[in-house]
Amino acid sequence: MEALVDISRLQFAFTALIHFLFVPLTLGLSLILVVMESLYVKTGQQIYKDMTKFWGKLFAINFAMGVVTGLTMEFQFGTNWAYYSHYVGDIFGVPLAIEGMMAFFLESTFIGLFFFGWDKLSKRKHLMVTVLVALGSNLSALWILIANGWMQHPVGTVFNPETMRMELDSFSALLFNPVAQVKFLHTLSAGYLTGAAFVLAISAWYLLKGRDIEFAKRSFAVAAAVGSVVSVTVIMLGDESGYHVAEFQPEKMAAIEAIWETEEAPAPLTLAGVIDENAGETHMKIEIPYVLGLIATRSLDKEVAGIKNLVEINEQRVRSGLQAYKYLAVMRDKEATEAERAIFIEHVNDLGYALLLKKYVKNPMQASEENIQQAARDTIPKVAPMFWTFRVMVAVGSALALLMFYSLFTVMRGTAWNKRWLMRAAFWAIPLPFIGVEVGWFVAEFGRQPWTVYGMLPTHLSTSSLQASDVMGSLIAFVLMYSTLFSVELFLMFKYARLGPSALHTGRYHFETGAVNHA
Amino acid sequence: MLDYESLRLIWWILVAVLLVGYAIMDGFDLGVGTLLPFVAKTDIERRVLINAIGPTWDGNQVWLVLGAGAIFAAWPAIYATAFSGMYVAMLVVLFALFLRPVGFDYRSKIESPIWRTTWDYALFLGGMVPAVVIGVAYGNFLQGVPFHFDETFRSFYTGGFIDLLNPFALLAGFVSLSMLVMHGATFLLIKTEGVIQFRALKASRIAALTTIVLFSVAGFWIANGIEGFRIVSVIDYQAPSTPFAKEVIMEVGAWMNNFHQHPWMWIAPLLGIAGAVIVLLLGHKKPGFSWIASGASVTGIAGTAGLAMFPFILPSSTHPSQSLLMWDATSSQHTLWLMLIAAAIFMPIILAYTAWVFRVLRGKVTEEQIRDNEHTAY
Repeated sequence: MEALVDISRLQFAFTALIHFLFVPLTLGLSLILVVMESLYVKTGQQIYKDMTKFWGKLFAINFAMGVVTGLTMEFQFGTNWAYYSHYVGDIFGVPLAIEGMMAFFLESTFIGLFFFGWDKLSKRKHLMVTVLVALGSNLSALWILIANGWMQHPVGTVFNPETMRMELDSFSALLFNPVAQVKFLHTLSAGYLTGAAFVLAISAWYLLKGRDIEFAKRSFAVAAAVGSVVSVTVIMLGDESGYHVAEFQPEKMAAIEAIWETEEAPAPLTLAGVIDENAGETHMKIEIPYVLGLIATRSLDKEVAGIKNLVEINEQRVRSGLQAYKYLAVMRDKEATEAERAIFIEHVNDLGYALLLKKYVKNPMQASEENIQQAARDTIPKVAPMFWTFRVMVAVGSALALLMFYSLFTVMRGTAWNKRWLMRAAFWAIPLPFIGVEVGWFVAEFGRQPWTVYGMLPTHLSTSSLQASDVMGSLIAFVLMYSTLFSVELFLMFKYARLGPSALHTGRYHFETGAVNHA
Repeated sequence: MLDYESLRLIWWILVAVLLVGYAIMDGFDLGVGTLLPFVAKTDIERRVLINAIGPTWDGNQVWLVLGAGAIFAAWPAIYATAFSGMYVAMLVVLFALFLRPVGFDYRSKIESPIWRTTWDYALFLGGMVPAVVIGVAYGNFLQGVPFHFDETFRSFYTGGFIDLLNPFALLAGFVSLSMLVMHGATFLLIKTEGVIQFRALKASRIAALTTIVLFSVAGFWIANGIEGFRIVSVIDYQAPSTPFAKEVIMEVGAWMNNFHQHPWMWIAPLLGIAGAVIVLLLGHKKPGFSWIASGASVTGIAGTAGLAMFPFILPSSTHPSQSLLMWDATSSQHTLWLMLIAAAIFMPIILAYTAWVFRVLRGKVTEEQIRDNEHTAY
C-alpha cells in the first residue's frame, strides 16, 4: 500500500515536472510572438515578420512536447488517482472541463493556422490568430490553476455522506478563490519570464557570434522589455502568494521558513541554516529581524505560527475529525438520529484529519494515542526540502529580474551591445527560469503534503486500487518514452537555435548570404 | 435549475456528442495515420498525407481531451473506475497518442530518410493503435468488466489486461479500425488528387465493405451470444449518486431490449450500414458527400453501441448490481447544471471557429505545394 502511494506520487511528480518544462515556455513565447507580430503589423517591417516566424519555429518544437506531456495529465487523475477522482470530481472536474472548452480548443484549433495561415490570411487576421493562440494558452493556465488553487485551499464545497464525496457548493467561490487568483498570476508571470529569458539568451548568443546582428538586437530588446515588466509581477505576486500561504496553509509556511516555535511578533526571517528535522531546530541560523513577520502577516504585531504549535492544533483537529467519522456510516445510510447528525455536522470539516489515521489503522476509531500524535505530526511537510527549494526559487527569480532590468536599461541607453559580459551572462542564464519554475512547482505541491486536497483528503487515500508493480511498470515506460522524446526535442531545438533565422530560407540571413563571422 | 433527471439525461447526450465528435473529427486523422504507409509510398506522397491533416489534427484531438474532461466532471465515478481499471489499455492509447504531436512537427525538420521513415511508422502507430484499442475497450464495456466497490465507494478492478483481448472485444476493435480507416480514406478523397486519391478510393471501398461485414457480425453476436444487462428494480432518477441502490441481472440478448421497446432506435444501425454503402458506391463521384456519409456511418455505429447499453455506461460482470448507470454515477445536480451552462456557451463558439479554420484551409494538398513550401510544410 505504502509502495503504491509512493510510486504513484513519483510518477505524478515526474510527468508533471516534465510537462512543466514546456508549459511556461509556451506561455512566454506566445506572448512574445504576439508582441513581435504586432510590431510587424504596425511598422510593416519584414524583419519583425521573420522574427515572429523564427521564434515561432522554436515555439512549435516546444509546443509539440507540451501537447504530448499534457495528454498524460488529463488521463492520469483517472488512471492513477481514482479515489481522488471519485472524491472530488464533482468540483475538480469542472475547471478541467471548462479549460477544455474555453481554452485548449481555442489554442489547438488556431495553432495550425498560425503556422500554415501566413499566405491564406491578411496581416491583421493572422495577428488575430496569434492572439487567439496566446489567449488560449493563458486561459488554459487560468483554469488549471483554479483547479490547483482549490486543492491548496478547498473553498465552496461540502461533504455529502450519501455519495461519499465532496460536492460543489459555490462556483463563484471556486472561481474567485484568492489562492487560485494569485497562483495564476504568479505562474503566468513566471511563464512570461521564462519565454523572455529564452529569447534573450539565444539572441545574446547570436550577438556573441556576430551573426544576424539586426535580427538578434531587436529580439534581445523585445525580450528585455517583456522580461523587465513581468519580473516585477513575478516578485509582487510571489510576495502576495506568501501572504496567502501564511493565512491558509500555515503548515506549508512553517516548513518553508523552518519556524519550529511560534515566536514573538514580528518574527525574524531565517536566510540560511542547518535544518535538524529530528530535533526540530535550525542550527547556525542567519537571521534578519522583523522581515518574516512583515511578509507573512503584513503587520508588526501578529505572530507566525510555529511547527510545534501547529502540530498541537492539528492533534485537536484529528480528535474532532474522529467525532465526525464515528457517525459517517449512519449518516451515509440515512439512519442518524438528530443528535448524531448535529455532532457530525459540527465536526465534518475535520473529517479529513481523521482520515489521516487510515495510514496507520484500517478503522480510525481504533487509533491509539500514538497514532493520533503521529497523524498530527504528518500534517507538516518535510522542512529541509521546502526550506531550500524555496530559497533557490527566490534566488533564481531575483537574479533573472536583475538581468532583465539591466539589459533593458543598457538597451535603452544603447550600451548593451558593447558589453560582451552581459551577453555571456544572458546566454548562461538560460537554465535559470526552468530551474525556477520546477522548484516553484515543488514548493507548491510538496508543501501540500500530506494532502491531495488540503485538510480534506490525504494523499495516501487518493490512489487507484492498483498493484505497485503496475505503476512501477508504467513509471519506467514514462521515463523511457519521455527521455527519448525529450532528447529528440532538445536535438531539434539546438539545431534550429544554432541555425538561427537562416532556418526560414528567406535568403537574407547568415548561412545563406555567406557572410563572414565579424565578431 | 433543471431537475436532476433531465440533467442526467442531457449529460448522457452531451458526452455521447463529445465522443462521437471525437470519432468524427479526429477519427479521420487516426484513419489517415493508419493509411500512411499504404496509400503514400514516396516521401513527397507521405508529406501530402501528413499536410492534409497537419494543420487541423491538433484541434481535432481536443474532442478527446474534452471528452475525458467532461466524463471527469459529469461522471466522476466512471472516469475513476474505467480509467484505473483499464490501466494498461489506457496507457497503451496514451503512449500511441504521444507519437502524433511530435511526429507531425518533427518528421520533416530533418532530411534523413531513416529519420523520416521512423516517424512515418510512429504516425502509423499513433493512428492505428488508438483506433483499435478504443474499439476493444468498448467491446469490453458491452460484455461488462470485473469491478466492484467497497463501502467507501472505492472501486476495485479484478481483471487483467489480457482478459480485455477476448474474441468479441477484438472484433469490436476491428469494427472501430475499419470504420475510422474508411473515414480517413474519404477525407483523403477530398484533400488529395491523382495517384494518392486513387489509392485512397480503393482503401475507402475495402474499409467500407469490411465495416459493413464486421459491424453486422458484431450485431448478430450481441443479439444471440453476448450477455447483456437488465435492471430489475425500480430506479429513482432523482436520487443521490450511489452504485448500491439497484438490482441488475445478466441475460443473453438483453442489449436488444431497447431496440424492441423503441423501434426508432433502429435508425442508428441502419445509418451505420447505409453510410458505408454510400461510400462504397459513390466515393469516386462525390468526395465531400462520401466523407459526410462515412461520418454518418461512424455516428450510427457508435450510436448503436450507446443506445443498446442505455442507461448503462459501465456494467460490472462480477457484481452486476453495482454497474454504473447514467442515472446513478453522475455529479451533483448543481455541477451538472453549471457544466450545462458552460457547454451551451462554448460549444457553439467552438463549432463556429472550427468551421472557419477548415474553410480557410480548404482546397487540395498537392505535391507541388509541398515542393514550393519545402521548409514550412510538415
